[in-house]
Amino acid sequence: MQAQTYNYSVVRQFAVMTVVWGVVGMLAGVIIAAQLLWPELNFDLPWFSYGRLRPLHTNAVIFAFGGCALFASSYYIVQRTCQVRLFGGPLAAFTFWGWQLVIVLAAITLPLGITSGKEYAELEWPIDILITLVWVSYAVVFFGTVIKRKVAHLYVANWFFGAFILTVAVLHLVNSAALPVSFWKSYSAYAGVQDAMIQWWYGHNAVGFFLTAGFLGMMYYFIPKQAERPVYSYRLSVVHFWALIFTYMWAGPHHLHYTALPDWAQSIGMLFSLILLAPSWGGMINGIMTLSGAWHKLREDPILKFLIVSLSFYGMSTFEGPMMSIKTVNALSHYTDWTVGHVHSGALGWVGLVSMGAIYYMLPRLFGLREMWSTRLINVHFWISTVGIVLYIAAMWIAGVMQGLMWRAVSDDGSLTYTFVEGVKATYPFYAIRLLGGVLYLSGMLVMGWNVAKTIAAGRAVEPVIPSAGPAMAAAGHAASVAHA
Amino acid sequence: MEWNMNLMREAVTLVSFAAFLGIVIWAWSGRRKSQFDAAARIPLDEDDQPVNLRGDRS
Repeated sequence: MQAQTYNYSVVRQFAVMTVVWGVVGMLAGVIIAAQLLWPELNFDLPWFSYGRLRPLHTNAVIFAFGGCALFASSYYIVQRTCQVRLFGGPLAAFTFWGWQLVIVLAAITLPLGITSGKEYAELEWPIDILITLVWVSYAVVFFGTVIKRKVAHLYVANWFFGAFILTVAVLHLVNSAALPVSFWKSYSAYAGVQDAMIQWWYGHNAVGFFLTAGFLGMMYYFIPKQAERPVYSYRLSVVHFWALIFTYMWAGPHHLHYTALPDWAQSIGMLFSLILLAPSWGGMINGIMTLSGAWHKLREDPILKFLIVSLSFYGMSTFEGPMMSIKTVNALSHYTDWTVGHVHSGALGWVGLVSMGAIYYMLPRLFGLREMWSTRLINVHFWISTVGIVLYIAAMWIAGVMQGLMWRAVSDDGSLTYTFVEGVKATYPFYAIRLLGGVLYLSGMLVMGWNVAKTIAAGRAVEPVIPSAGPAMAAAGHAASVAHA
Repeated sequence: MEWNMNLMREAVTLVSFAAFLGIVIWAWSGRRKSQFDAAARIPLDEDDQPVNLRGDRS
């Protein structure tokens, strides 16, 4: 009988495209950062203007870069921890090609100005339907694999991926409900403040489930693997999971402080955002403490640096977020560049670094190698990125607090002390620092691209045989290795 | 009707909170310890390194 193999080809495809879309999305970010510094770079071309390219940047980094990283790692982890091949045969390949088609359609329609105008859900209804098809297929492949697993216990990383897939399906369906008036134009099914609330219920849970839960799944697998130690506390990981599930859903109203949204709803949003600090930090501590007793590995292993430092940024941004959700703090921070700094501390620091660490872990294994072509370049990438992130977020913090203070400053006669444009002018140097930070982060990604290309050239595509149901897995608890079937 | 709706909302909130507390107690009960220790080893108990670079495992 032919031995069954893991489906590595779909993981390979998503892993490689993670790097490709990372470069594209971050390049778009650098271009719009430069446009804020030098508005002439719009070149008076509508499709190249800031307003069109900004959603292209956010969609590319979140859904193309982050999305491909999530697909790749969830497919890798669910197979390895369930010890079965992906369920659904060609359906997994469909999720790859379908998702790439969504990305290409986004890259065409957004610069053309075709948008539903909902932040992080800009794509028009025909693309939304394609997303739904791909996502349902993704759920079938993932949960089908979970159901036919050969390992009795479902490892915690899969719980996070499962919650991510399920929740994103619900969010997408509800928030994208729209009335089409033509092939490329539709209007939201909701009106007024209800529309705003549904949008930010979607928006914040896109952060909580697309940009957090799935990446926590990566953390719970790749940190123990790379550190060669079990997670610090498994029971904490269970409580971490359920605490996130029970609280994240209600935090969305903090995006609508001091708007037409009823005051009580704003307060609930603030309260749940503050509660969220507990599970977020519980998870962060759980990940970092996995290294307890083996801290020296952090000095020697650049992949662990990516994974652990990503958690420090996760801790920082999940502390900052609840603080910013407090209404009096939000009165200062909202609509300023502080928000942009906060988002990028989470996106570049947490989501970006953990994805890069995950790709560096998986890629050699997907190509039958023990390690990347150059470990030194992983280290170079790490330091370039980290310096870039620090420059970026520090610049935006200072700019944001300054903007907030200037906007609210009142002279003795009751008039505003500063005109709006004075605030813009004062921000100018910080936009230059932010651009520098972005260029560094993009450079790191290019170093990664080079390293990945050389690794692929040195290796070859492998489809490893699934070990026959090992006794160690059935009666988990023994450290015996069962991989050498 | 509004009163009933609100009663239901309060009930769901309380039931959810009780469920969460139940999960915490369950997770910290002593009997779970050995099962959780075993579960934590699931990723480590299998070796995902390529066995042989020139082998025929493709």
